[in-house]
Amino acid sequence: MSARRSRSRQAGAGRITDEQIDDLMSKLQAILPEARLGRNDRVSAAKVLQEACSYIRSLHREMDDLSERLSELLSTTEMSSAQAAVVRSLLM
Amino acid sequence: MYRRSFKDTKSSLGSPNPNFSKPMVALRFLRALSLVRCSGPGARSPSYRARGIRRAAYACMAASAGPRRAWSRALLRKIRRRPGRGLRRPRAVIRRRRPVGGGDPLEVALRRLVPGGGCMEYCRLLEEAADYVKCLAMQVRLMQTIVDSASHVNSID
Repeated sequence: MSARRSRSRQAGAGRITDEQIDDLMSKLQAILPEARLGRNDRVSAAKVLQEACSYIRSLHREMDDLSERLSELLSTTEMSSAQAAVVRSLLM
Repeated sequence: MYRRSFKDTKSSLGSPNPNFSKPMVALRFLRALSLVRCSGPGARSPSYRARGIRRAAYACMAASAGPRRAWSRALLRKIRRRPGRGLRRPRAVIRRRRPVGGGDPLEVALRRLVPGGGCMEYCRLLEEAADYVKCLAMQVRLMQTIVDSASHVNSID
């Protein structure tokens, strides 16, 4: 019934309900890989936020790592053959 | 090809964006990759090239997500900003200051990680974070596919 005080301050035009926040939290939880949160339906909001932050950080690290590897590979591979291989694998 | 991948773009968070299908993102990224390579692969250091590839990856990801998302707009702004350019168009949108002065450390951390997350309402932040994570994961998978294919090609020769 009553929105959390810290949230209703940001409400602006409309009041943000707890249900809306819970709904968005569950959507965020669905995006995160299952291994991080387990199959538990009732995960606390703090846990979801924590895992989301840690997941984003790990994805950033993977992007850096893959960029390094790609730059090494591109210096040794013919781009056209790599492109052909990629397109083939994506269309399959 | 586009119709078959259309169901991949259906997300519960918004209307499907036909630009953001896996083959489209892949082709866009491959084109960007070939541009990075053409800009003097022999003369540049590997770390410079890696930074260029990473920038291209984020740019392709943001461009494919489209201007609907605040994170993609913020990311493109950050990438396209060149130091020393003084011209600034007057923005029609009034930028809000950070509404919460650090109430919840987890929320603050999320705002820092999601591009453009500093000036959003909390609900918007959660929505944008979910979309950002989804696109980021897809981009990482795509790059992993490319690395695997390129390594495979290398091992054959």
